[in-house]
Amino acid sequence: MKSRFFWDTFFNKTLSAAALVSVLTLAGIFLLLLYNGLQAFSTIDIAEFLSAAPWNPAAYDAPVFGIGAMLFSTLIVTFGSMLIAVPLGIGTAAFLSEMASPRLRNLLKPAIEMLAAIPSVVIGFLGIVLVAPGLAQVFDLPNGLNALNGSILLAVMALPTLISVSEDAIHAVPDYYKEASYALGANRWETLLRVTLPACKSGVLAAVMLGLGRALGETMTVLMATGNATAMPHSIFDPVRTITATVAIEMGEVPFRTPHFYSLFACALVLFLITLGVNIAAERLAARLRKKGQ
Amino acid sequence: MTKKTISRFFGFALLVSATLLVLAIIGLILFDLLAKGSSAFSWHFLTSFPQKGMTEGGIFPAIFGTTIVTLLSTALAMPLGIGCAVYLQEYAADNNLTRLIRASVRNLAGVPSIVYGLFGLSIFVEGMGMGVSVLAAGCTLGLLTLPSIIATTEEALRNVPRLSREGSLALGATPWECVYTVVLPSAVPGILTGLILALSRAAGETAPILFTGVAFYSRYLPGSVFDEFMALPYHLYILSTQHHAIEAVRPLAYATALTLLLLVFLLNLTAFWVRARHKR
Repeated sequence: MKSRFFWDTFFNKTLSAAALVSVLTLAGIFLLLLYNGLQAFSTIDIAEFLSAAPWNPAAYDAPVFGIGAMLFSTLIVTFGSMLIAVPLGIGTAAFLSEMASPRLRNLLKPAIEMLAAIPSVVIGFLGIVLVAPGLAQVFDLPNGLNALNGSILLAVMALPTLISVSEDAIHAVPDYYKEASYALGANRWETLLRVTLPACKSGVLAAVMLGLGRALGETMTVLMATGNATAMPHSIFDPVRTITATVAIEMGEVPFRTPHFYSLFACALVLFLITLGVNIAAERLAARLRKKGQ
Repeated sequence: MTKKTISRFFGFALLVSATLLVLAIIGLILFDLLAKGSSAFSWHFLTSFPQKGMTEGGIFPAIFGTTIVTLLSTALAMPLGIGCAVYLQEYAADNNLTRLIRASVRNLAGVPSIVYGLFGLSIFVEGMGMGVSVLAAGCTLGLLTLPSIIATTEEALRNVPRLSREGSLALGATPWECVYTVVLPSAVPGILTGLILALSRAAGETAPILFTGVAFYSRYLPGSVFDEFMALPYHLYILSTQHHAIEAVRPLAYATALTLLLLVFLLNLTAFWVRARHKR
C-alpha cells in the first residue's frame, strides 16, 4: 500500500497541472492569434490593414484588407452602449443600495441578474423583431438594423454586470462616511453625490470597464442586429459591421491558409489585444480599490 | 421648499426612474417572448424534427444537440476547474506562479467568445484532428466555462470555515485527506451551483460552436461525438437571419427563443434553489 503522504504529493502535483491549463490556454490563444495573424502581413501591408481602406477580401484581382471602418464601428457601438448603460446602471445600483429596503433589494437584485443569463442570440433576435422596427418608426428609417440598435442591445446585456458590481462597490462604502456627512448637515442626496459615489468611484469604474470589455467582444448580438455593412459609418443610423461579426461571418466560408484566412486571425488579434487591455485596466482599478480598503 | 429639498427630490426621482426603466426592459423581454413565442410552442414542437426546409415541424435535434454538447463541455471542464480551484485555495503558496495562474484565469474570463471559436477551430478541429464535431465544440465550450467554474469553486472553498480544516489537520490528516474528507464535502452545494451556471452559459453560446461543430441542418441525430450537431442558439440565428423565408418562420423563431430562454432560466433557478437551500 502506498503511503498516505505519497497520495498527498500525488494530488498536489496533479492539481497544480490542472491549474496550469488556464495559463497554457491563455498563452495558446495569444500565440495562435499572433502566429496566424502575423502571417497575414507577409502579403498584406500592415499600414493598409490598419487604415480606412475598404474591407474587400474576396475581390478577385486586387483584394483590399482595411479594418479601419470595422474598428471604428466596433468602437462607436461599444461606446454608445456605455453611454446608455452607465447612467442607467449606476442609477439603479444607487437606488438598490441607498433607497430600497433590504427586502426589495433582495427581490430586485436576483431579478436583474437573471437578465445576464439571457443568451446573446435571444437579445439579437429581439433586436431584429422588436427594437429595429421601433427605431425605424421613431426615426423614420427604411430599417432599424444599425449602430444605434447594436448600442441599445449591448447596453441591455451590460446592465446586469454593471448594476451588480457597482451595487457591491456602493454598498461597501463604510457607514461612518455617510454619518459624518449627515452630521455636517448634508441631506441623503448630497451625501450620495458628494461622499458615497466619490468614495467608491474606482469600484464603479472597474464595473464600467468590465462591461466595456464584454461589449467589445460580443459577437452574435451585433452580427444579427447592426446591418452588417462594411463601409465607414457616417452616423449612428448607418448599418455597421464590427470586428467580431466579420470574423463570425467570414471564417466559415474562407479557404484555409489564404491571406484572407490569416487576415481574420489578425482581426481577432486586434480584438484580443483591445479586450485584454481593457480587462487589465479594470483589474488594476479593482486592485487599487482593495488596497484602499485595507 | 428650499433648493436643497428640490434637488434631493429630483435626484431620487432620477434613481427611481432608472430602476423602473431597467425593470421595464426585463418585463418587455419576458412579455414579448412569452406572448409571441407561445403560439408555436407545443409538445409536438419540442419533440419533432424540422420539416419542409425548416418551415414546419419542431426543434428536437437542436434541443438534443445543445443538451449533449453542454453536458460534455461541463463534464470536461469540471475536473480541470475544480482541480485548479482546489490547488489555488488549498495547496498553492502565494508566489509568482500562483499569481500568474490567477491572472490567467481572470483574463481568460474576458476573452471574447468568438476568439475561443478560432482557438477551437485551430487546436481541436484542425490540430487534434477531431473535425467539425460534438467533441471539438464540447472542448471549446469547456474552455470557455473554465474560468467561471474556477471562480465559483474557489468561492465555495473560501466559505468553508477554517476551524474544520484545522480540526482535521490537528487529528493528523494529510492536506489531501483534509481536502477530500472535510473541505470538499461541505463545499459541494457551492460547487454544484457553479457547475449549473456553467451549463446555462454553455447552452446559450453560439460564437464558439460556429466553426467547431454546429450544423445548419441535419437529418439525423449525432450518432457519435465525431458527428456534427444542431444547436438551439444557432438554430435561432438561422431562423431569424439566414432562412430563405424569414417572415414565414417568425413564429418558429419566437418559439425557439422561448425554449432557449426557458432552458437557461430553469438552470439558473435550479442554481438559485441549490444555493438558497444550502444557506438555510
